[in-house]
Amino acid sequence: MAQMMMREAILETIRDEMRRDPKVMMLGEDLVGGMGTAGGPEAIGGIWSTSTGLWEEFGSDRVIDTPISESAIIGSAAGAALAGKRPIAELMFADFVGVCMDQIWNQIAKFRYMFGGKSKCPVTIRLVYGAGFNAAPQHSQAVYSMLTSMPGLKVVLPSTPADAKGLLTQAIRDDDPVLFFEHKALYGIKGEVPEGDYTIPFGHARQVRSGEHVTLVTCGMMVSVCERAADQLAQEGISCDVLDMRTTSPLDEEAILDSVELTGRVVLVDESPPRCSVASDVAAMIANKAFAALKAPPQLVTAPHSPVPFARELESAYLPSPPKVIDAVRTVLAYR
Amino acid sequence: MQLSRDQLLQAYRRMVTIRAFEERLHDEIAKGEIAGFTHLYAGQEAAAVGICEHLADDDFIVSTHRGHGHCLAKGVDVKGMMQEIYGRATGTCKGKGGSMHIADVDKGMLGANGIVGAGAPQAVGAALSCKMDKQGKVAIAFSGDGACNQGTTFEAMNMAVVTQAPCIFVFENNHYSEHTGPDYATATATDIAGRAAAFGMKAWRANGCDFFETYDTMRELLDYVRAGHGPAAIELDTERFYGHFEGDPQRYRGEGELDRIRAERDCLTAFRRKVTEAKLLDDADLDAVEAETRALIDEAVDEARAAPLPTPAMVLEDVYISY
Repeated sequence: MAQMMMREAILETIRDEMRRDPKVMMLGEDLVGGMGTAGGPEAIGGIWSTSTGLWEEFGSDRVIDTPISESAIIGSAAGAALAGKRPIAELMFADFVGVCMDQIWNQIAKFRYMFGGKSKCPVTIRLVYGAGFNAAPQHSQAVYSMLTSMPGLKVVLPSTPADAKGLLTQAIRDDDPVLFFEHKALYGIKGEVPEGDYTIPFGHARQVRSGEHVTLVTCGMMVSVCERAADQLAQEGISCDVLDMRTTSPLDEEAILDSVELTGRVVLVDESPPRCSVASDVAAMIANKAFAALKAPPQLVTAPHSPVPFARELESAYLPSPPKVIDAVRTVLAYR
Repeated sequence: MQLSRDQLLQAYRRMVTIRAFEERLHDEIAKGEIAGFTHLYAGQEAAAVGICEHLADDDFIVSTHRGHGHCLAKGVDVKGMMQEIYGRATGTCKGKGGSMHIADVDKGMLGANGIVGAGAPQAVGAALSCKMDKQGKVAIAFSGDGACNQGTTFEAMNMAVVTQAPCIFVFENNHYSEHTGPDYATATATDIAGRAAAFGMKAWRANGCDFFETYDTMRELLDYVRAGHGPAAIELDTERFYGHFEGDPQRYRGEGELDRIRAERDCLTAFRRKVTEAKLLDDADLDAVEAETRALIDEAVDEARAAPLPTPAMVLEDVYISY
């Protein structure tokens, strides 16, 4: 085990996979940075420091620093994948998904199906998402709910450096297209990361805290919000079973239902707005499949039905927080 | 370049196959035998075949909204395609894609597309894959005069130049983007190749109704791209013999326009005239190819009608490889 930040785990994983498999390639804006400038290549080394040094090691055929052309980035990744490569495409901000949605949704997600199962499109799209940086409505969104609803895509949200390594390795090796959501606020967090070959299969939730009074189902950045809420509630003798979904597509229904069968009370914590969200989707699944076990209506703690605001005070009000989760837990516990 | 007798016969066979395939679909669709939207390629055969006769299975093409011709020119199975268009379980795409989504990756045919203009970036990606492999392979982005107005096409051209991808942009100007003329919809109506040139590519123009001119020009492009000059483009002036989709009343056509283009710009007629005048092939050779091809299409339709229908359980197959 080595201590490292999530951004280091991601960079190392990409480097390891590129060394292991000559078919792995990368495309994205400013992956190298400084191309065509006085500062020269690697003047930036990737704005998230998740591609530093890769161009130098693997060259421009495999580490492709692209113009600002999201449709061309994702479309090229699609074409390269059909031609037999394993592209990793980066969307510098997940919000830019709107620019290239056709390539993701109508193209990559549907190729295998439309072509009668005679193609594969092993593209990994890394999307940098999430609020908390006063980056305003077009650089802060948690757009994974929308993409989770799309058949043909897998949607992955690591919450720890170890999971980032295990899930990203799996994503790159996976033969289906994977959307890999990296939260800006998680890049700097540190944790133990297993050394050597390490994959985490999709569709397996991680039990973050074990508890019996209430189930918290969450993912991505909201995992740490739930951990803080659970730690505070534990001091009052309230124990939370905290589940990190890790992948919203496929969804580990079994782990969620098992926990709800035990606790009978559930709070869904999701950084995206509430309508047609992962939270509302999982709540519906629970109501549908574990109705008899429920002792209280499921509560949702999500962002509101609004864009992500800019000002500090507004953004804080927008985001789910430990106090909001604690309130929701109290509501489900008080229900008779 | 002088083509051998076999090469000439193969090129003619491919063009006639496209024509016969499309004419038969036109008839069967009118009878109500085939569901959905179908966009026929007849009239443009010399373009697809003039380009694809230079390619091997491991060169890639990305097709358009009007893709049957590109599929057939790249060697996708005639019967599998017919079964697909008939919505049969045994079709090229098991009845999941239909007319607009025929693909055969093993033949280097990466897909026709329901979204006009979506293909060009994908061709750039396939070309980047070729560049990684360093085997001299190329990728072709077929686009029409409709797709040339999509931002994706501009992004793809810019990216191909920036990355020096061995990508060839083939613009087939058939003078109609759906039901609208290029004088209205394309700001550089008579000049699409110039757009590619503006992105820094060398661009050629050819008569897309003349197989030989298209074929010879494509040879120059291929030599240029394979020599490592990055991407290139060609604009082909061609004609669409049918409507945008089958059932299109084509009220936008001028008086006598269809008769005129069929009389003056039919690529099959031009091919026949050229090879018989030059005594490379005689009428009997060409008639034999036509008869064999018509028989193949009859067989393909009979087999498609008899082929098994997909079952409801197949809805959920092939969404993922593993989930």
